[in-house]
Order: sequence, then C-alpha cells, then structure tokens
Amino acid sequence: MSHLLEIDDLRIRFRAKSIVRAMIDRDRQPYIEAVCGASLKLAPAETFAIVGESGAGKTTLARAVIGLNRPHAGSIRFMGKELRGLTDKAFKPLRRDIAMMFQDPAGCLSPRMTVKSIITEPFKIHGVRVSDLKREADRLLDLVGLPPAFGRYYPYQLSGGQARRVGVARAVALSPKLIIADEPTAGLDVSVQGEVLNLMARLRQELNISFLMITHNLSVVRHTSDRMAIMYLGRFVETGPTDDIFARPRHPYTRALLSATPQPDPDMARDRVKLEGEIPSLIDRPSGCEFHPRCPLAKAACRQAPPPRHRVGPVHKLYCYYPDGAAGPRPLL
Amino acid sequence: MHTEYPPPVKPNSLALSIQDLSINFQTVRGTLKALRQVSIDIPRKRIVGLVGESGCGKSTVINAILRLLAENARIQSGVIEFQGQDILQMTPDALRDMRGNRISVVFQDPMTALNPVLSIGRQMIDIQYREKTSRAQKTARAAAMLTRVGIPDARKRLEQYPHQFSGGMRQRIAIAMALMAKPDLLIADEPTTALDATLEIQIIDRLRKLHQDIGCSILFVSHHLGLVAEFCDEVVVMYAGETVESGNVRDIFYRAAHPYTRALLQCDPARIKEKSPVLPTIPGEIPDMVNLPDACIFAARCPIKQHGCPLTPPPAHDIQPGHQARCHLSARKDD
Repeated sequence: MSHLLEIDDLRIRFRAKSIVRAMIDRDRQPYIEAVCGASLKLAPAETFAIVGESGAGKTTLARAVIGLNRPHAGSIRFMGKELRGLTDKAFKPLRRDIAMMFQDPAGCLSPRMTVKSIITEPFKIHGVRVSDLKREADRLLDLVGLPPAFGRYYPYQLSGGQARRVGVARAVALSPKLIIADEPTAGLDVSVQGEVLNLMARLRQELNISFLMITHNLSVVRHTSDRMAIMYLGRFVETGPTDDIFARPRHPYTRALLSATPQPDPDMARDRVKLEGEIPSLIDRPSGCEFHPRCPLAKAACRQAPPPRHRVGPVHKLYCYYPDGAAGPRPLL
Repeated sequence: MHTEYPPPVKPNSLALSIQDLSINFQTVRGTLKALRQVSIDIPRKRIVGLVGESGCGKSTVINAILRLLAENARIQSGVIEFQGQDILQMTPDALRDMRGNRISVVFQDPMTALNPVLSIGRQMIDIQYREKTSRAQKTARAAAMLTRVGIPDARKRLEQYPHQFSGGMRQRIAIAMALMAKPDLLIADEPTTALDATLEIQIIDRLRKLHQDIGCSILFVSHHLGLVAEFCDEVVVMYAGETVESGNVRDIFYRAAHPYTRALLQCDPARIKEKSPVLPTIPGEIPDMVNLPDACIFAARCPIKQHGCPLTPPPAHDIQPGHQARCHLSARKDD
C-alpha cells in the first residue's frame, strides 16, 4: 500500500537559550525537543489521530507537516516527496494538496473579510483561475451545509459551529489530499460537535481526503479515526489501530487517559488508573522512561534506561517495560 | 439498582433559591430576553450541576446571583433568596459582605483569575481581610489551605507568582482561595474546561473531598455531561434561557423527561460505545432571543413534537416529586 504521508523519526526542537547565554553556560544543547522521534504512516482516505495532553507536541508536529515549523532531523514524505528542508517558495505549491484547519474556529477567520472572500482566498493565493468565484463559493458553502446567503456574512455573525464549517470549506477549496485538523471540536457544544465530525467523515468519503487529526478528546477519536498515536513529551508512547487501542490499551499512560474520560452515567463503577502530578517540563526531562514519575507501575528499571519497543500487532506498538500492564505478570525488580 | 435517593429537601434547608427570575438585555436589535422564569433550588450541602450549551444563560444566572450583571441588564421579575434575604434587593454593603465570604466563585480560566503581579501568598493573605488575626496567622492559614488542595511545599510556594505555577496548580490555588472563607455556597463556573482530562479528574476529586470537609453547597456549571454525572447530586438543564428540566442526577441521566435533555445526552460521544461513523446531532439552531417563539422554546428542533402541542410555553410540571420538566408531552403522559 502506498502511503500519502510518511513521517519517520521526526525531531523538532526550539532554542531555549540565546546563543550568548548558551556560550556562557557552556551549554551544547540549548534546545528543548518538542517532538523527538515521531513516526507515522497515513494512507489515502485514512484518518490518523494524535492524542495527548497540552504540551505533548501534537500541534508542533502537525505544523511541521504543512511547513510552519522546521524539523531538524528525520523525514516527512508527502506523496513520495521529502518536505524537510524545503524553502518557503518550494513549499507553497504543496499547500494546494495539504490544507489546515486551525484550532480556534473563529480566530482563524479574518474579521474584515466576508465568508465568500475567506473561502475563495485559496484560489487567489495559488493563482487558480476560476471563471465564477461566486458560483465556486456557493458550491463550497453547499458542500459544508451552509446556505448561499452566508457568503455575505462576516465572521462575527457566525456561531462556533458555523465558523468551523467555514474553516472546513476553506480547507477543501483546492481539493486537497490531506487535511490537518487541529482540535476540530474544541470549544464546540456536544450537539454541534457531531455535525462537524459527520461533515469531516462525509468529505473524507466523497472527496477521498486523508485527515491528520489532533485532539485531546478520546471519545471523539474512537468514532472518527482508523489509527491513533498517544503522545507524551514529544514521543509516541503507543501507536496502533484505534479499535485495538480502545479494546486493549497497553501503555499505562494510554490506560490512564482512557479511564480519565468521565462517562455520563452516575452509577458506573469508576475503576481509574489515577495519575499524580502533571506533565514534566521539556527542559528537565525525567530519566529512563519519561513517564515514570507519574506511572502507577514504575519500577527501578523504568528510571534508568529508555523503555524498549514492543510490537503487539502488525502496526500496534508501544514503548514500555511492562507492556502487559497490570493484567499481565509484573516482574519484581 | 439505583434507588438510592437522597432524603427529600425541606423548604428551609435551601442554601439558595432562585424563583421566577427573568432578565432582559437592552440591545440595538431590541430587547433580548436572556432568562425567562428561571427557578433553581440549591439545597444545603448538595452539589447542583447547571448544564446547557453556549448561549443558554448559565453565565447570566451566575452573574445575577453575584449581582455582576452588565449595565444593559434589566431584572424583570424574580427573587434570589439566600439566607433569608433577596440578593436582588441587597444594598451595596450587604453585597460586599456576601461576595467572597458567604458566596465565592472559581472561574473558568485559572490563567486570568489570579493577579500576575502579586505573589500567591500576598493574594491569599489579602483575601482574608475580614479576619482580625495577625499576619503570621493569615500566612499559616494560607499555607494550610494550599496543602489541602494538594500543593506541596506550601510555605515556599506562597512566595511565588502565578506564572511560576502550571494551569492545574493555578486552578487549585483559585479553589483554595475560594474556600478560605468557608463559604455557604461555592459557584464553580466550568472550573476544569481549560485543563487536560487527567488534571480534570484530579481537580474534581479534590473538590469533592473539600466539599465533604467544609460542607458548603456547590453550583457546578459545566457543559461536560460526564463530569456532571460523576460529581453532582442534582442537575438543572437550561436551554435558550429557560430551565427545561431539573431533578436528581439519576432522574436526569436515566429517566430524562424533556426531549432536549434526551437529545443532549444522545449527542455525547462518550455514551456511544460502538464505533459509529455518523454521530447524533441536534439539528437546527437555538431560537433568536430577541424574537422568541410564542410556543414551546424547543418546538422548532423537537424530534417528538406533535400537532397536539399547544402553542403556548409549557409550564414546569412535576414528573415526580423533585423532578420537573417543561414539556407539553411529558405533562400529558401523566394525565
């Protein structure tokens, strides 16, 4: 199977100290690594979800795919073409095929432009000749389920769900092959959340679009993605088919995240994997397995060396010393 | 299986009682009827969840309780009874005595609730301005409270500033400050919305523990149905400025009577256990609150609406004691 997007051992770092400061401190690594060694493969019309808490590096990774961050190692191949190291000019034509839906539904729409100008701007930017922009705008609005009258509206006149739809219309304007959806349902009410996700599912089927979805909402991931990765401190701690991970999560962090999702049932028995504390700082990464300070299963070995990779299925893998978790035997150390 | 009902509430055991509250806002488009005949009872020592989607009037209710309404708000009718007094009739002095002392609030955004240029300790001492104790005693109380909300090394951390704490820590500090005065009512306005799921659970566990220790009532405003189910004793569901249903948490989650409540519960993807490519939604939009329909407020989106539904607003109707809904159909079923 040929892949649309292949990310291999991607590393993205940011300078944490000025050059002078680093020289004074004799610091050879004045960086924080926001993404360290993420790999994924995305097939056409597939949805891959990246899940994790704030600061895990999800958005940094997504922005690198569309060229808004520059990775310093690893590779991103889109339709067989290496994206790392491309100049801005060389990247521009690629953005016809990769579109982005940004996190803030209303904030990513220019307040001074009408909906029609917003959704037809991609044509102008990429010099695509369209004989009738008005008709094209109507077609896009229809595609996302908004009446043509919305073309005349300004963003402040839209509700959260409508603003999201306009964002989707703009993303699909140039018929991209890949859409990066950064928190597509954040800030939306539950009744509207379904509408946006259904719209994305329909477009994926009708237009054969792949989605790279970033979210911290696990209930959404279960229904919308084929495969998923759980990210912690810039690494994928567990990746695999969504159904497998929901049926049997292996990594203690995955289990904790899954059990932290409150269920709308007052009498449900709540057998939680409780996590103490918060995500550590990227500047001061824990030793060994980086999850050990919060891990309920952590033993001495976890503090010493990075955990090994385990394969539990053809595409399901995780990094942990105790991949069978509490259910399996617990080696005494 | 779930017959464990709390004892019935005696009328004088209410911490706060809102009756028939109607609030309008004067806007350029006309009069916006933000709240209409809202009635909410908060029993002593109970946790009441206030649920609803954006624009349903949750924040207006909170602002009315605290008398922090915008200048263009007009209170049309209603009473907010708190400890034998009507908050809507209180003098500025009485209000000052109530706010932050007998009623306190934890706001949604822990980043902006704290003053960035004052140390946490200074803010936690300032908030005890009513106490006639020494500074050392106030500091000790602040440190003790920080420890109680789960911040280690409290003495040292009192010297630090808000930016030196993470989001979850800041929300804990906000909770510590809100509970320092041992209020009778704590209003928690989406206290975990800005936090990650694992922290959300930590904060809720902490709030539950403090609620047991301090014994205050909590008005928990949220749109997160899972959290409400887990944390609250009673639930009030609001839609477009009306309380459409209220009752015990099990009444709402197992025996919802109003079609909006049922639709809202169905939309929650956490409730759908089987993978489903099409998720349920509530088609349509909330009505324009300037030009309200005469009939039932939910009629335009109601999946079970019938020709027989009268074209008048449905009155609040008892499904059973303590469980009310505003729906013509659920009212008729009982006849």
